[in-house]
Amino acid sequence: MRLEFPVAGRDFQAAGGAAQKIKRTLRQIGIDAETARRVGIVAYEAEMNIVIHAFSGKVGVDILPERINVFAYDQGPGIADIDLAMQVGYSTAPEDIKEMGFGAGLGLPNMKRYSDNLVIESEVGCGTSIRAVINLPTKEGS
Amino acid sequence: MQLKDIARILEAEVLTCEDKLNCTVEAACGCDLISDMLAFTKEKMIVLTGLVSPQIIRAAEMVDLSGVVFVRGKRPTPDIIELSEELGIPIMCTHYPLYESAGLLFAAGLPGWRHWPRAVGGSEDAP
Ligand SMILES: Nc1ncnc2c1ncn2[C@@H]1O[C@H](COP(=O)(O)OP(=O)(O)OP(=O)(O)O)[C@@H](O)[C@H]1O
Ligand SMILES: [Mg+2]
Repeated sequence: MRLEFPVAGRDFQAAGGAAQKIKRTLRQIGIDAETARRVGIVAYEAEMNIVIHAFSGKVGVDILPERINVFAYDQGPGIADIDLAMQVGYSTAPEDIKEMGFGAGLGLPNMKRYSDNLVIESEVGCGTSIRAVINLPTKEGS
Repeated sequence: MQLKDIARILEAEVLTCEDKLNCTVEAACGCDLISDMLAFTKEKMIVLTGLVSPQIIRAAEMVDLSGVVFVRGKRPTPDIIELSEELGIPIMCTHYPLYESAGLLFAAGLPGWRHWPRAVGGSEDAP
């Protein structure tokens, strides 16, 4: 099953709505709270990065029997140095965005921390694509 | 500690979700940055914040937070109150500044996330 939502750059009114719908749907179909929380956080950070740093894009999930894949892609400026962008504290968010509580430079590190695998691809002047894997807990409960 | 104890200690006005005042709270975190909040909070926690933004409520919902306390007499706008009701995230307002609010709750026995054995990832990547 695939869920996919459009995300508009600089639309702070709608921002976060896609991640919320994703998380709610996961809970409704019986995904455990911890997994839904991890997916929600990854999707939210990806969605906010599109709102803040890109022009427009999509965020969504593919729900598979053993894992959930979160994906996000955008048309935007792209990321020149992905290793640098991944560093805690690195942010190019402008001052007005920082006043809104963003720009800690923690979004990408959070996405890495809450997922089991994170792949970022980006082309400067074109856009950025992100895929994160969140494994569902095994039945034994480990 | 329950949400209603927090409201009492902080002399806070509860603005939404009064039906959740009996919920247990195990830890608290003070943050003014959304990504900090996503990194350092979990369910059964509350956040003390001076940042009045709907995104605080959205982020709170992502981490299954038990509540949000706006400090230093800051009043959430109607859109924030509406969102908190829709998402079921209790919010309250205290006149105490962030530092005093945190001190009062800590002195009353409410720990920060580090002390909390179930904190994500343990304490090694604490701020
Ligand atoms: N989708 C994107 N398009 C273009 N640049 C991006 C994108 N996502 C991230 N970046 C770049 O990577 C940097 C780090 O991103 P990260 O999400 O870690 O921090 P932030 O968004 O600046 O702040 P925070 O997420 O803590 O609010 C950003 O400041 C920006 O320069
Ligand atoms: Mg970010």
